[in-house]
Amino acid sequence: MSNPAKEDKAKARLGRAGVWGFWGILTLMLVAGGCQFGASDAHHSLVIAGSTSVQPFAEKLAEIFMHQHPKALINVQGGGSSAGIYAARQGAADLGASSRELVAAEKDLVEIPIAYDGIAVIVHPSNPITDLTLEQLRRVFQGRLQDWGALGLKPHPIHLITREEGSGTREAFEHLVMGQAEITPAALVQDSNGSVRELVAGDPYSLGYISVGLVDGRVKAVAIDGISPTPENIKNRTYELVRRFLLVSRTPPAGLGKAFVEFILSPQGQNILEAEGLVGMK
Amino acid sequence: MGQGKFIERVLFLLALSAISSLVLITVFIFMEGLPLILQTGLKDFILSSHWAPTKGHFGIAAMIVSSLLVTLGALVIGVPLGLACAIVLAEFSHERVKTILKPTLELLAGIPSVVYGFLGVIWLVPLIRNYLGGPGLSLLAASLILGIMILPTVISISIDALTAVPALYREGSIALGATQWQTVRRVVLPAASSGIITAIILGMGRAVGETMAVIMVAGNALQLPTSILDPVRTLTSNIALELGYASGRHREALFATGIVLFVIIMILNFSATVLTRRR
Repeated sequence: MSNPAKEDKAKARLGRAGVWGFWGILTLMLVAGGCQFGASDAHHSLVIAGSTSVQPFAEKLAEIFMHQHPKALINVQGGGSSAGIYAARQGAADLGASSRELVAAEKDLVEIPIAYDGIAVIVHPSNPITDLTLEQLRRVFQGRLQDWGALGLKPHPIHLITREEGSGTREAFEHLVMGQAEITPAALVQDSNGSVRELVAGDPYSLGYISVGLVDGRVKAVAIDGISPTPENIKNRTYELVRRFLLVSRTPPAGLGKAFVEFILSPQGQNILEAEGLVGMK
Repeated sequence: MGQGKFIERVLFLLALSAISSLVLITVFIFMEGLPLILQTGLKDFILSSHWAPTKGHFGIAAMIVSSLLVTLGALVIGVPLGLACAIVLAEFSHERVKTILKPTLELLAGIPSVVYGFLGVIWLVPLIRNYLGGPGLSLLAASLILGIMILPTVISISIDALTAVPALYREGSIALGATQWQTVRRVVLPAASSGIITAIILGMGRAVGETMAVIMVAGNALQLPTSILDPVRTLTSNIALELGYASGRHREALFATGIVLFVIIMILNFSATVLTRRR
Protein backbone atom coordinates (compact mmCIF):
# COMPACT_ATOMS: atom_id res chain seq x y z
CA MET A 1 0.00 0.00 0.00
CA SER A 2 2.42 2.68 1.10
CA ASN A 3 5.72 2.89 -0.68
CA PRO A 4 8.73 1.60 1.24
CA ALA A 5 10.88 4.73 0.94
CA LYS A 6 8.16 6.83 2.49
CA GLU A 7 7.68 4.35 5.26
CA ASP A 8 11.40 4.35 6.01
CA LYS A 9 11.42 8.10 6.22
CA ALA A 10 8.43 8.04 8.53
CA LYS A 11 10.17 5.43 10.66
CA ALA A 12 13.30 7.52 10.84
CA ARG A 13 11.29 10.58 11.77
CA LEU A 14 9.47 8.68 14.46
CA GLY A 15 12.73 7.26 15.75
CA ARG A 16 14.20 10.73 15.95
CA ALA A 17 11.11 12.07 17.62
CA GLY A 18 11.37 9.26 20.13
CA VAL A 19 14.98 10.00 20.87
CA TRP A 20 14.24 13.69 21.26
CA GLY A 21 11.31 12.83 23.45
CA PHE A 22 13.54 10.69 25.63
CA TRP A 23 16.17 13.39 26.05
CA GLY A 24 13.43 15.93 26.53
CA ILE A 25 11.96 13.94 29.40
CA LEU A 26 15.41 13.40 30.91
CA THR A 27 16.16 17.12 30.72
CA LEU A 28 12.80 17.95 32.25
CA MET A 29 13.47 15.55 35.10
CA LEU A 30 16.89 17.08 35.73
CA VAL A 31 15.49 20.59 35.64
CA ALA A 32 12.68 19.63 37.97
CA GLY A 33 15.20 18.00 40.32
CA GLY A 34 17.33 21.12 40.26
CA CYS A 35 14.37 23.37 40.94
CA GLN A 36 13.63 21.60 44.15
CA PHE A 37 16.50 23.49 45.72
CA GLY A 38 16.43 26.70 43.72
CA ALA A 39 14.64 29.71 45.06
CA SER A 40 11.77 30.46 42.74
CA ASP A 41 11.18 34.03 43.87
CA ALA A 42 14.21 35.86 45.16
CA HIS A 43 12.22 38.34 47.21
CA HIS A 44 9.78 36.13 48.99
CA SER A 45 11.47 32.78 49.34
CA LEU A 46 14.72 31.75 50.89
CA VAL A 47 16.45 28.38 51.09
CA ILE A 48 18.71 27.57 54.01
CA ALA A 49 20.57 24.26 53.94
CA GLY A 50 23.24 22.70 56.06
CA SER A 51 24.19 21.61 59.53
CA THR A 52 21.72 19.36 61.31
CA SER A 53 22.86 21.02 64.55
CA VAL A 54 21.72 24.42 63.29
CA GLN A 55 18.60 23.11 61.57
CA PRO A 56 16.19 22.96 64.54
CA PHE A 57 17.15 26.51 65.56
CA ALA A 58 16.91 27.82 62.01
CA GLU A 59 13.49 26.21 61.69
CA LYS A 60 12.32 27.89 64.87
CA LEU A 61 13.61 31.27 63.70
CA ALA A 62 12.11 30.81 60.25
CA GLU A 63 8.74 29.91 61.73
CA ILE A 64 8.61 33.08 63.81
CA PHE A 65 9.98 35.24 61.00
CA MET A 66 7.38 33.90 58.56
CA HIS A 67 4.68 34.58 61.12
CA GLN A 68 5.78 38.21 61.22
CA HIS A 69 6.23 38.43 57.45
CA PRO A 70 3.34 36.44 55.97
CA LYS A 71 4.63 36.90 52.41
CA ALA A 72 8.04 35.41 53.12
CA LEU A 73 8.72 31.73 52.61
CA ILE A 74 11.79 30.22 54.25
CA ASN A 75 12.70 26.66 53.52
CA VAL A 76 15.13 25.07 56.00
CA GLN A 77 16.89 21.87 54.98
CA GLY A 78 19.44 19.62 56.68
CA GLY A 79 22.22 17.79 54.93
CA GLY A 80 25.21 18.70 57.07
CA SER A 81 27.65 21.57 57.37
CA SER A 82 29.77 20.65 54.37
CA ALA A 83 26.72 20.06 52.20
CA GLY A 84 25.33 23.43 53.32
CA ILE A 85 28.55 25.26 52.51
CA TYR A 86 28.71 23.49 49.16
CA ALA A 87 25.07 24.38 48.43
CA ALA A 88 25.69 28.03 49.31
CA ARG A 89 28.73 28.14 47.04
CA GLN A 90 26.80 26.54 44.18
CA GLY A 91 23.86 28.85 44.73
CA ALA A 92 21.56 25.89 45.40
CA ALA A 93 20.84 27.43 48.79
CA ASP A 94 20.70 31.13 49.57
CA LEU A 95 22.31 30.59 52.94
CA GLY A 96 24.38 27.64 54.11
CA ALA A 97 24.28 26.73 57.78
CA SER A 98 27.50 25.49 59.33
CA SER A 99 28.33 24.28 62.80
CA ARG A 100 32.04 24.20 62.00
CA GLU A 101 34.53 26.92 61.10
CA LEU A 102 35.25 27.48 57.43
CA VAL A 103 38.46 25.88 56.14
CA ALA A 104 40.98 27.89 54.14
CA ALA A 105 39.45 26.95 50.79
CA GLU A 106 36.04 28.18 51.93
CA LYS A 107 37.20 31.54 53.28
CA ASP A 108 36.02 33.37 50.16
CA LEU A 109 32.43 32.93 51.33
CA VAL A 110 30.71 35.52 53.51
CA GLU A 111 30.36 34.17 57.05
CA ILE A 112 27.84 35.44 59.57
CA PRO A 113 28.20 34.04 63.11
CA ILE A 114 24.75 33.76 64.66
CA ALA A 115 25.31 32.07 68.03
CA TYR A 116 27.61 30.10 70.30
CA ASP A 117 26.82 26.51 71.07
CA GLY A 118 28.38 24.44 73.79
CA ILE A 119 29.15 20.78 73.27
CA ALA A 120 27.91 18.79 76.25
CA VAL A 121 29.48 15.51 77.29
CA ILE A 122 26.56 13.33 78.29
CA VAL A 123 26.01 10.15 80.30
CA HIS A 124 23.00 8.16 81.50
CA PRO A 125 21.18 9.88 84.42
CA SER A 126 21.90 6.87 86.65
CA ASN A 127 25.64 7.34 86.15
CA PRO A 128 27.08 8.90 89.35
CA ILE A 129 29.88 10.73 87.54
CA THR A 130 29.53 14.52 87.60
CA ASP A 131 32.89 15.79 86.49
CA LEU A 132 35.61 14.87 84.00
CA THR A 133 38.84 16.65 83.27
CA LEU A 134 39.58 17.56 79.67
CA GLU A 135 42.58 15.24 79.87
CA GLN A 136 40.43 12.32 81.05
CA LEU A 137 37.93 13.03 78.27
CA ARG A 138 40.71 13.02 75.69
CA ARG A 139 42.12 9.76 77.01
CA VAL A 140 38.68 8.15 76.96
CA PHE A 141 38.05 9.16 73.36
CA GLN A 142 41.55 8.08 72.35
CA GLY A 143 40.68 4.63 73.60
CA ARG A 144 43.45 4.74 76.24
CA LEU A 145 40.96 4.77 79.10
CA GLN A 146 38.31 2.18 78.43
CA ASP A 147 36.73 1.36 81.76
CA TRP A 148 34.52 3.30 84.15
CA GLY A 149 36.61 1.69 86.91
CA ALA A 150 39.54 3.94 85.96
CA LEU A 151 37.31 6.94 86.67
CA GLY A 152 36.46 5.70 90.14
CA LEU A 153 33.18 3.99 89.35
CA LYS A 154 32.14 0.35 89.34
CA PRO A 155 34.27 -1.40 86.71
CA HIS A 156 32.46 -1.82 83.39
CA PRO A 157 33.61 -1.01 79.84
CA ILE A 158 32.70 2.47 78.65
CA HIS A 159 30.36 2.41 75.64
CA LEU A 160 31.77 5.33 73.74
CA ILE A 161 29.62 7.12 71.17
CA THR A 162 30.93 9.59 68.63
CA ARG A 163 29.63 11.29 65.48
CA GLU A 164 30.57 10.42 61.92
CA GLU A 165 33.53 11.93 60.05
CA GLY A 166 32.67 15.29 58.57
CA SER A 167 30.03 16.14 61.16
CA GLY A 168 30.35 19.70 62.45
CA THR A 169 29.84 18.58 66.03
CA ARG A 170 32.58 15.97 65.69
CA GLU A 171 34.91 18.42 64.05
CA ALA A 172 34.40 20.93 66.85
CA PHE A 173 34.85 18.18 69.44
CA GLU A 174 38.08 17.00 67.80
CA HIS A 175 39.34 20.55 67.63
CA LEU A 176 38.42 21.43 71.22
CA VAL A 177 39.18 18.15 72.99
CA MET A 178 41.32 15.83 70.93
CA GLY A 179 43.92 18.20 69.48
CA GLN A 180 46.08 16.08 67.18
CA ALA A 181 44.87 12.79 68.65
CA GLU A 182 42.37 10.63 66.79
CA ILE A 183 39.12 9.27 68.16
CA THR A 184 39.38 5.53 68.72
CA PRO A 185 37.94 3.33 65.96
CA ALA A 186 36.26 1.25 68.66
CA ALA A 187 33.74 4.04 69.36
CA LEU A 188 30.16 3.61 68.19
CA VAL A 189 29.26 6.06 65.45
CA GLN A 190 25.85 7.71 65.13
CA ASP A 191 24.83 10.19 62.49
CA SER A 192 22.87 12.77 64.46
CA ASN A 193 22.75 14.51 67.82
CA GLY A 194 19.35 12.92 68.33
CA SER A 195 20.49 9.34 67.93
CA VAL A 196 23.51 9.89 70.20
CA ARG A 197 21.12 11.22 72.85
CA GLU A 198 18.75 8.30 72.27
CA LEU A 199 21.53 5.76 72.77
CA VAL A 200 22.90 7.44 75.87
CA ALA A 201 19.40 7.66 77.34
CA GLY A 202 19.05 3.90 76.92
CA ASP A 203 22.48 2.67 77.99
CA PRO A 204 23.73 3.19 81.58
CA TYR A 205 27.38 2.67 80.55
CA SER A 206 27.52 5.02 77.60
CA LEU A 207 29.33 8.31 77.09
CA GLY A 208 28.72 10.66 74.18
CA TYR A 209 28.67 14.31 73.19
CA ILE A 210 25.90 16.48 71.71
CA SER A 211 24.98 20.10 71.28
CA VAL A 212 24.12 21.69 74.66
CA GLY A 213 20.86 23.01 73.21
CA LEU A 214 19.63 19.44 72.76
CA VAL A 215 20.36 18.12 76.26
CA ASP A 216 17.11 17.11 77.97
CA GLY A 217 16.05 15.30 81.13
CA ARG A 218 16.82 11.84 79.76
CA VAL A 219 20.57 12.38 79.74
CA LYS A 220 23.01 14.06 82.12
CA ALA A 221 25.63 16.59 81.03
CA VAL A 222 28.85 16.31 83.02
CA ALA A 223 31.07 19.22 84.02
CA ILE A 224 34.43 19.52 82.28
CA ASP A 225 37.32 20.58 84.56
CA GLY A 226 34.69 21.39 87.16
CA ILE A 227 32.70 23.77 84.94
CA SER A 228 29.15 22.87 83.91
CA PRO A 229 27.85 23.76 80.44
CA THR A 230 25.42 26.40 81.68
CA PRO A 231 24.53 29.37 79.44
CA GLU A 232 26.53 31.72 81.71
CA ASN A 233 29.62 29.53 81.54
CA ILE A 234 29.32 29.24 77.77
CA LYS A 235 28.79 32.97 77.36
CA ASN A 236 31.81 33.95 79.42
CA ARG A 237 33.76 31.12 77.80
CA THR A 238 34.83 29.48 81.07
CA TYR A 239 33.25 26.28 79.69
CA GLU A 240 35.74 25.28 77.07
CA LEU A 241 33.80 23.16 74.60
CA VAL A 242 32.18 25.98 72.65
CA ARG A 243 31.81 26.46 68.90
CA ARG A 244 30.17 29.01 66.63
CA PHE A 245 27.12 28.52 64.44
CA LEU A 246 27.57 30.27 61.09
CA LEU A 247 25.46 31.21 58.14
CA VAL A 248 27.44 31.44 54.92
CA SER A 249 26.66 32.78 51.48
CA ARG A 250 28.44 33.55 48.26
CA THR A 251 27.66 37.24 48.33
CA PRO A 252 26.49 39.40 51.24
CA PRO A 253 22.81 38.51 51.66
CA ALA A 254 20.29 40.92 50.13
CA GLY A 255 16.53 41.19 50.15
CA LEU A 256 14.83 38.53 52.21
CA GLY A 257 18.15 36.95 53.15
CA LYS A 258 19.35 40.24 54.61
CA ALA A 259 16.10 40.75 56.48
CA PHE A 260 16.28 37.25 57.94
CA VAL A 261 19.92 37.62 59.03
CA GLU A 262 19.09 40.97 60.63
CA PHE A 263 16.18 39.32 62.40
CA ILE A 264 18.45 36.57 63.76
CA LEU A 265 21.00 39.09 65.02
CA SER A 266 18.33 41.39 66.49
CA PRO A 267 17.71 41.17 70.25
CA GLN A 268 14.48 39.29 69.52
CA GLY A 269 16.18 36.69 67.34
CA GLN A 270 19.02 36.24 69.79
CA ASN A 271 16.53 35.84 72.63
CA ILE A 272 14.78 33.09 70.70
CA LEU A 273 18.10 31.28 70.26
CA GLU A 274 18.92 31.68 73.95
CA ALA A 275 15.51 30.35 74.92
CA GLU A 276 16.33 27.28 72.83
CA GLY A 277 19.56 26.65 74.71
CA LEU A 278 22.14 28.47 72.60
CA VAL A 279 24.16 31.48 73.64
CA GLY A 280 23.84 34.75 71.73
CA MET A 281 26.66 36.63 70.03
CA LYS A 282 26.43 39.77 72.18
CA MET B 1 3.69 2.10 9.71
CA GLY B 2 1.16 0.42 11.93
CA GLN B 3 0.17 1.23 15.42
CA GLY B 4 1.85 -1.95 16.59
CA LYS B 5 5.22 -0.78 15.30
CA PHE B 6 4.77 2.58 17.02
CA ILE B 7 3.99 1.01 20.38
CA GLU B 8 6.91 -1.34 19.93
CA ARG B 9 9.18 1.66 19.49
CA VAL B 10 7.81 3.47 22.51
CA LEU B 11 8.32 0.38 24.63
CA PHE B 12 11.82 0.00 23.23
CA LEU B 13 12.66 3.56 24.25
CA LEU B 14 11.25 3.03 27.72
CA ALA B 15 13.33 -0.12 28.07
CA LEU B 16 16.34 1.80 26.87
CA SER B 17 15.81 4.53 29.47
CA ALA B 18 15.81 1.93 32.24
CA ILE B 19 19.06 0.48 30.97
CA SER B 20 20.58 3.89 30.38
CA SER B 21 19.98 4.80 34.01
CA LEU B 22 22.01 1.74 34.98
CA VAL B 23 24.78 2.84 32.62
CA LEU B 24 24.63 6.40 33.96
CA ILE B 25 24.88 5.22 37.56
CA THR B 26 27.79 2.92 36.78
CA VAL B 27 29.70 5.54 34.85
CA PHE B 28 29.03 8.14 37.53
CA ILE B 29 30.17 5.97 40.43
CA PHE B 30 33.36 5.01 38.66
CA MET B 31 34.07 8.56 37.51
CA GLU B 32 33.69 9.92 41.02
CA GLY B 33 35.43 7.14 42.89
CA LEU B 34 38.17 5.79 40.65
CA PRO B 35 40.55 8.78 40.89
CA LEU B 36 40.77 8.33 44.66
CA ILE B 37 41.45 4.60 44.42
CA LEU B 38 44.19 5.25 41.88
CA GLN B 39 45.65 8.00 44.02
CA THR B 40 45.58 6.01 47.25
CA GLY B 41 46.55 2.80 45.54
CA LEU B 42 44.15 -0.13 45.37
CA LYS B 43 46.22 -2.07 47.89
CA ASP B 44 46.19 0.66 50.53
CA PHE B 45 42.51 1.32 49.93
CA ILE B 46 41.40 -2.28 50.32
CA LEU B 47 43.98 -3.63 52.77
CA SER B 48 44.34 -0.80 55.28
CA SER B 49 41.72 -0.34 57.96
CA HIS B 50 42.68 3.19 58.92
CA TRP B 51 39.68 5.29 57.90
CA ALA B 52 39.99 8.98 58.74
CA PRO B 53 38.96 10.63 55.49
CA THR B 54 39.19 14.20 56.75
CA LYS B 55 42.81 13.50 57.70
CA GLY B 56 43.69 11.75 54.49
CA HIS B 57 43.48 8.09 55.52
CA PHE B 58 41.30 5.98 53.27
CA GLY B 59 41.39 2.32 54.26
CA ILE B 60 38.24 0.25 54.10
CA ALA B 61 39.54 -3.21 55.04
CA ALA B 62 37.61 -3.29 58.32
CA MET B 63 34.39 -2.39 56.49
CA ILE B 64 34.88 -5.04 53.82
CA VAL B 65 35.46 -7.64 56.53
CA SER B 66 32.47 -6.36 58.50
CA SER B 67 30.21 -6.42 55.45
CA LEU B 68 31.22 -10.01 54.77
CA LEU B 69 30.79 -11.04 58.42
CA VAL B 70 27.37 -9.42 58.72
CA THR B 71 26.31 -11.12 55.50
CA LEU B 72 27.67 -14.46 56.66
CA GLY B 73 25.82 -14.04 59.95
CA ALA B 74 22.61 -13.23 58.09
CA LEU B 75 23.01 -16.37 56.00
CA VAL B 76 23.70 -18.54 59.06
CA ILE B 77 20.38 -17.35 60.49
CA GLY B 78 18.32 -16.85 57.36
CA VAL B 79 19.23 -19.85 55.20
CA PRO B 80 18.35 -22.74 57.55
CA LEU B 81 15.13 -21.00 58.56
CA GLY B 82 14.23 -20.06 55.01
CA LEU B 83 15.11 -23.43 53.53
CA ALA B 84 13.20 -25.33 56.20
CA CYS B 85 10.22 -23.09 55.62
CA ALA B 86 10.43 -23.60 51.85
CA ILE B 87 10.65 -27.39 52.18
CA VAL B 88 7.65 -27.53 54.48
CA LEU B 89 5.60 -25.28 52.24
CA ALA B 90 6.58 -26.92 48.97
CA GLU B 91 6.63 -30.57 49.99
CA PHE B 92 4.78 -31.23 53.21
CA SER B 93 1.87 -28.87 53.41
CA HIS B 94 -1.61 -28.83 52.06
CA GLU B 95 -2.24 -26.65 49.01
CA ARG B 96 -4.57 -24.41 51.04
CA VAL B 97 -1.99 -23.79 53.77
CA LYS B 98 0.52 -22.92 51.08
CA THR B 99 -1.73 -20.39 49.38
CA ILE B 100 -2.19 -18.60 52.69
CA LEU B 101 1.35 -18.85 54.10
CA LYS B 102 3.38 -18.01 51.02
CA PRO B 103 1.91 -14.55 50.42
CA THR B 104 2.10 -13.88 54.15
CA LEU B 105 5.82 -14.61 54.12
CA GLU B 106 6.24 -12.43 51.07
CA LEU B 107 4.68 -9.59 53.03
CA LEU B 108 7.90 -9.60 55.07
CA ALA B 109 9.64 -8.24 51.99
CA GLY B 110 7.22 -5.32 51.91
CA ILE B 111 8.10 -4.04 55.37
CA PRO B 112 10.41 -1.03 54.98
CA SER B 113 13.92 -1.65 56.22
CA VAL B 114 13.74 1.31 58.58
CA VAL B 115 10.99 -0.52 60.45
CA TYR B 116 13.24 -3.55 60.90
CA GLY B 117 15.97 -1.23 62.11
CA PHE B 118 13.63 0.52 64.50
CA LEU B 119 12.43 -2.77 65.98
CA GLY B 120 16.06 -3.80 66.28
CA VAL B 121 17.03 -0.67 68.18
CA ILE B 122 14.00 -0.67 70.46
CA TRP B 123 13.78 -4.36 71.19
CA LEU B 124 16.73 -6.45 70.07
CA VAL B 125 19.60 -4.12 71.02
CA PRO B 126 18.58 -3.69 74.69
CA LEU B 127 18.09 -7.47 74.93
CA ILE B 128 21.61 -8.11 73.68
CA ARG B 129 23.04 -5.35 75.89
CA ASN B 130 21.33 -6.66 79.03
CA TYR B 131 21.76 -10.39 78.55
CA LEU B 132 24.91 -10.83 76.49
CA GLY B 133 26.90 -7.67 77.26
CA GLY B 134 28.62 -5.12 75.07
CA PRO B 135 26.89 -2.02 73.78
CA GLY B 136 24.10 -4.03 72.15
CA LEU B 137 24.61 -2.41 68.78
CA SER B 138 26.63 -5.20 67.28
CA LEU B 139 27.52 -7.66 64.57
CA LEU B 140 25.04 -10.05 66.19
CA ALA B 141 22.16 -7.56 66.11
CA ALA B 142 22.82 -6.73 62.46
CA SER B 143 23.05 -10.41 61.51
CA LEU B 144 19.80 -11.27 63.27
CA ILE B 145 17.88 -8.42 61.65
CA LEU B 146 19.33 -9.15 58.22
CA GLY B 147 18.70 -12.87 58.67
CA ILE B 148 15.01 -12.09 59.02
CA MET B 149 15.09 -9.59 56.17
CA ILE B 150 16.48 -12.10 53.66
CA LEU B 151 13.86 -14.74 54.55
CA PRO B 152 11.31 -13.75 51.88
CA THR B 153 13.95 -13.86 49.14
CA VAL B 154 15.32 -17.21 50.24
CA ILE B 155 11.90 -18.76 50.83
CA SER B 156 10.12 -17.71 47.68
CA ILE B 157 12.96 -18.56 45.30
CA SER B 158 13.56 -21.90 47.07
CA ILE B 159 9.86 -22.76 46.81
CA ASP B 160 9.94 -22.01 43.10
CA ALA B 161 13.01 -24.21 42.71
CA LEU B 162 11.40 -27.07 44.66
CA THR B 163 8.09 -26.94 42.80
CA ALA B 164 9.98 -26.87 39.48
CA VAL B 165 11.23 -30.40 40.19
CA PRO B 166 9.03 -32.69 38.04
CA ALA B 167 6.45 -34.74 39.94
CA LEU B 168 7.78 -37.78 38.08
CA TYR B 169 10.94 -37.74 40.22
CA ARG B 170 8.95 -37.85 43.43
CA GLU B 171 6.61 -40.56 42.17
CA GLY B 172 9.55 -42.66 40.99
CA SER B 173 11.27 -42.37 44.33
CA ILE B 174 8.15 -43.21 46.30
CA ALA B 175 7.41 -46.12 43.98
CA LEU B 176 10.83 -47.50 44.85
CA GLY B 177 9.82 -47.55 48.50
CA ALA B 178 11.41 -44.32 49.78
CA THR B 179 9.58 -42.35 52.45
CA GLN B 180 8.51 -38.80 51.75
CA TRP B 181 11.42 -37.35 53.74
CA GLN B 182 13.92 -39.64 51.98
CA THR B 183 12.46 -38.48 48.69
CA VAL B 184 12.88 -34.82 49.63
CA ARG B 185 16.40 -35.29 50.94
CA ARG B 186 17.81 -37.63 48.29
CA VAL B 187 15.86 -36.65 45.19
CA VAL B 188 14.08 -33.29 45.34
CA LEU B 189 16.76 -31.24 47.13
CA PRO B 190 19.61 -32.37 44.86
CA ALA B 191 17.46 -31.75 41.81
CA ALA B 192 16.59 -28.27 43.03
CA SER B 193 20.05 -27.46 44.32
CA SER B 194 21.05 -24.89 41.70
CA GLY B 195 17.81 -22.97 42.31
CA ILE B 196 18.36 -23.09 46.04
CA ILE B 197 21.92 -21.83 45.65
CA THR B 198 20.54 -18.99 43.53
CA ALA B 199 18.12 -18.21 46.36
CA ILE B 200 20.99 -18.08 48.82
CA ILE B 201 23.09 -15.87 46.57
CA LEU B 202 20.23 -13.43 45.99
CA GLY B 203 19.61 -13.37 49.75
CA MET B 204 23.28 -12.62 50.15
CA GLY B 205 23.00 -9.74 47.71
CA ARG B 206 20.12 -8.35 49.72
CA ALA B 207 22.13 -8.64 52.92
CA VAL B 208 25.25 -7.00 51.47
CA GLY B 209 23.24 -4.13 50.04
CA GLU B 210 20.97 -3.41 53.01
CA THR B 211 21.76 -0.06 54.57
CA MET B 212 19.19 1.59 56.79
CA ALA B 213 18.51 -1.27 59.18
CA VAL B 214 22.23 -1.97 59.47
CA ILE B 215 23.12 1.64 60.28
CA MET B 216 20.57 1.58 63.05
CA VAL B 217 21.65 -1.64 64.77
CA ALA B 218 25.29 -2.30 63.85
CA GLY B 219 26.90 0.54 65.84
CA ASN B 220 29.08 1.68 62.92
CA ALA B 221 32.41 1.51 64.76
CA LEU B 222 35.47 1.48 62.52
CA GLN B 223 37.45 -1.32 64.14
CA LEU B 224 37.83 -4.90 63.03
CA PRO B 225 35.41 -6.87 65.20
CA THR B 226 36.88 -9.45 67.56
CA SER B 227 33.58 -10.82 68.86
CA ILE B 228 30.00 -11.00 67.63
CA LEU B 229 29.09 -8.45 70.30
CA ASP B 230 31.42 -5.82 68.82
CA PRO B 231 29.94 -2.96 66.82
CA VAL B 232 30.81 -2.96 63.12
CA ARG B 233 30.47 -0.69 60.11
CA THR B 234 29.56 -2.12 56.72
CA LEU B 235 30.38 -0.63 53.32
CA THR B 236 26.81 0.54 52.77
CA SER B 237 26.53 2.17 56.19
CA ASN B 238 29.81 3.96 55.62
CA ILE B 239 28.43 5.62 52.50
CA ALA B 240 25.05 6.51 53.96
CA LEU B 241 26.48 7.65 57.28
CA GLU B 242 29.03 10.09 55.94
CA LEU B 243 27.68 11.24 52.59
CA GLY B 244 25.70 14.09 54.12
CA TYR B 245 28.76 15.81 55.43
CA ALA B 246 31.37 14.70 52.97
CA SER B 247 33.08 17.01 50.51
CA GLY B 248 36.13 16.87 48.29
CA ARG B 249 38.27 13.77 48.66
CA HIS B 250 36.11 12.44 51.47
CA ARG B 251 33.20 12.37 49.03
CA GLU B 252 35.35 10.64 46.41
CA ALA B 253 36.34 8.06 49.02
CA LEU B 254 32.68 7.28 49.63
CA PHE B 255 32.11 6.78 45.91
CA ALA B 256 35.19 4.55 45.91
CA THR B 257 33.53 2.55 48.71
CA GLY B 258 30.57 2.34 46.35
CA ILE B 259 32.79 0.88 43.63
CA VAL B 260 33.94 -1.91 45.95
CA LEU B 261 30.33 -2.61 46.90
CA PHE B 262 29.32 -2.51 43.25
CA VAL B 263 31.98 -5.06 42.36
CA ILE B 264 30.94 -7.37 45.23
CA ILE B 265 27.28 -7.25 44.23
CA MET B 266 28.12 -7.73 40.55
CA ILE B 267 30.09 -10.86 41.43
CA LEU B 268 27.14 -12.18 43.46
CA ASN B 269 24.59 -11.47 40.73
CA PHE B 270 26.84 -12.88 38.06
CA SER B 271 27.34 -16.11 39.95
CA ALA B 272 23.58 -16.35 40.53
CA THR B 273 22.98 -15.98 36.80
CA VAL B 274 25.59 -18.58 35.91
CA LEU B 275 24.16 -21.07 38.41
CA THR B 276 20.59 -20.54 37.21
CA ARG B 277 21.63 -21.02 33.63
CA ARG B 278 23.39 -24.27 34.42
CA ARG B 279 20.07 -25.63 35.56
